Amino acid sequence: MTVTDNISPVHDGLPPDANATALASQARLEKWRTFALSLPGLALIGIIIFVPIVWLFGLSFLERGGSFSLMHYERLLHPSYLKTFQTTFELSFLVTAFCVLLGYPYSYLMTQASPGWRSILMMAVLFPFWTSLLVRTYAWLVLLQRRGVINTWLVDAGIVDQPLRLVHNFTGTAIGMVHIMLPFMVLPLFASMKTIDRSMFRAAANLGATPIQVFWQIFVPMTIPGLFAGVILVFVLCLGFYVTPAVLGGGRVMMWSMQIERSIAVYADWGAASALGVVLLVVTLAILAVVARLFGLQHLTGKR
Amino acid sequence: MADALKALPITIRELTKRYGSFTALDEVNLDIATGEFLTLLGPSGSGKTTLLMVLAGFVRPDAGGVSFGDEEVLLKPPHRRGVGMVFQNYALFPHMSVAGNVAYPLKLRKMSRADIDDRVKRVLDLVQLGELGDRQIEQLSGGQRQRVALARAIVFEPRILLMDEPLSALDKNLREQMQIEIRNLHQKLEMTTVYVTHDQREALTMSDRIAVINDGKIIQLDDPQTLYEKPKNRFVAQFIGESHFLPVKVSGNHVMYGQNTIRLANPPASSAQDQLLVIRPEKFKLQADGTNIATLNTIEGVVRDTVYQGESIVLYVELDAGLIIATRQPTQHSLLVAIPQPGQKVVLGFDPADTVVVPNEAMTA
Repeated sequence: MTVTDNISPVHDGLPPDANATALASQARLEKWRTFALSLPGLALIGIIIFVPIVWLFGLSFLERGGSFSLMHYERLLHPSYLKTFQTTFELSFLVTAFCVLLGYPYSYLMTQASPGWRSILMMAVLFPFWTSLLVRTYAWLVLLQRRGVINTWLVDAGIVDQPLRLVHNFTGTAIGMVHIMLPFMVLPLFASMKTIDRSMFRAAANLGATPIQVFWQIFVPMTIPGLFAGVILVFVLCLGFYVTPAVLGGGRVMMWSMQIERSIAVYADWGAASALGVVLLVVTLAILAVVARLFGLQHLTGKR
Repeated sequence: MADALKALPITIRELTKRYGSFTALDEVNLDIATGEFLTLLGPSGSGKTTLLMVLAGFVRPDAGGVSFGDEEVLLKPPHRRGVGMVFQNYALFPHMSVAGNVAYPLKLRKMSRADIDDRVKRVLDLVQLGELGDRQIEQLSGGQRQRVALARAIVFEPRILLMDEPLSALDKNLREQMQIEIRNLHQKLEMTTVYVTHDQREALTMSDRIAVINDGKIIQLDDPQTLYEKPKNRFVAQFIGESHFLPVKVSGNHVMYGQNTIRLANPPASSAQDQLLVIRPEKFKLQADGTNIATLNTIEGVVRDTVYQGESIVLYVELDAGLIIATRQPTQHSLLVAIPQPGQKVVLGFDPADTVVVPNEAMTA
């Protein structure tokens, strides 16, 4: 008996492609059933997100009378709107930059701290998160106003003669926004920093890198994905921020979102408000597209 | 490359490291010769990795001295020690390509672009990764990552190479292949190498000398063959290879196991009366009835079980005293057909030179 005789399978007359069609259609059916399970969720998302967006998009192209017009968009070229646009972007850039400057060392400190200290530092980030946004914003008003805690202290201590203008201006708005936005920077940064294997730093030191070189050449490059995630998150949230700029800006700092609110609340002009919303959405998507193009899409989702 | 290297000997004196009440290193003394391949072998928690980390500068000991050549290095930070190291998880930088990883230590040494390219290419060829310089780390297999880690550790021609269980993440075949490759590389580069492993076979395969470590102490330092054939104590005999321990009474140049007289090639080191005879399973020779060779010791027993394992067959033999020992026989056809069945009586012969007597001390690990 040869080896081949020994291992040749017993066919029983079954063809090699037996059941192939039936098995394939079973696999297809299973895929469809799994997809069908997500239909209620998809329908809900479609109704509460996409329908309103399309609705607003349509409204922005209609005059009061209901006929097609580009008047809402033409009006946006007016200098007052361009100024608002500029302020919105300047403030968002500034707040994002300060969030990086404060959030990066803070996240680094969290990774280096003992477990006990780490949870205290984490609580310090999360606790404001659990407090109302409005309450925190008014708390800043109390701290920063002309006769507020900070000015009183500065004058009493003799550091300044006159109370500083800390609120109802660009500065105050920026301070409040940085505070509100900081957790959105710290959380993704910390998440990416803590996954870095500490033996990388040992390896770099072993290869001859000084501690400063280890930080800049090994640690920082490896946190870039988390940094990008935080920067994008904070920047996009800033672009559409309303409550804090409205309260701390005192009407002097005009954000894009406030123009939208005014269009509806003061002028009841849904078409104008929609046009503003569409422009903000398009600009935001354009920025994301440029970033994705320059640095790769994976940075937007924070994946390495 | 070899000629450019200036390997250095390592001198370790009275090195002690405690973590709270746990003593990781207990007054360790060790001299590692220039160009030697020395393995630190021990169970986990024995202190072998701590010792390696002290050499690399990542762990600060409580007391002692470490010299590379004539230079005391204990107070030097890791980045100024100039030792290469291969980490257990490789610790390759994910944001750099293969060539970028290997070039990193050269960039830190401010070499010219051309020199760096040249050296990186030569080292990648040496570890057989010549074509993969542009790859990203995440595209590599485990074995390839291992080679990159090795290339990165030797590219700057360190005087000393440290390896922390570098093969433990690889599967068996690849591990055995890499053992040979690392050994060949060591012979080519002649750098003083300290290698940490808990795998005794790996240690035997690769090393010039092996230091067996337990509880923060070096308990035996010898070349692989001496370590295996002449263990100094029960721990070493048990940790390296399989061993059986027969309680014996020592009297001069022979010992008594029950009524059996067993001759020794060398008298035991200790003069204590109750000691243990160490026998390895593969040292037994099955004796056909009536053909006892006079020069061998013999011992009788009954076969209880046989287990076929491919390259060898293991017989579990119960001695008179109720003690069951394993003997390993080769599976050549002529031997295999005559293998005794369970229940059969057998006579086991072993050479006096294959016996070692160790003190009967309590086991600590």
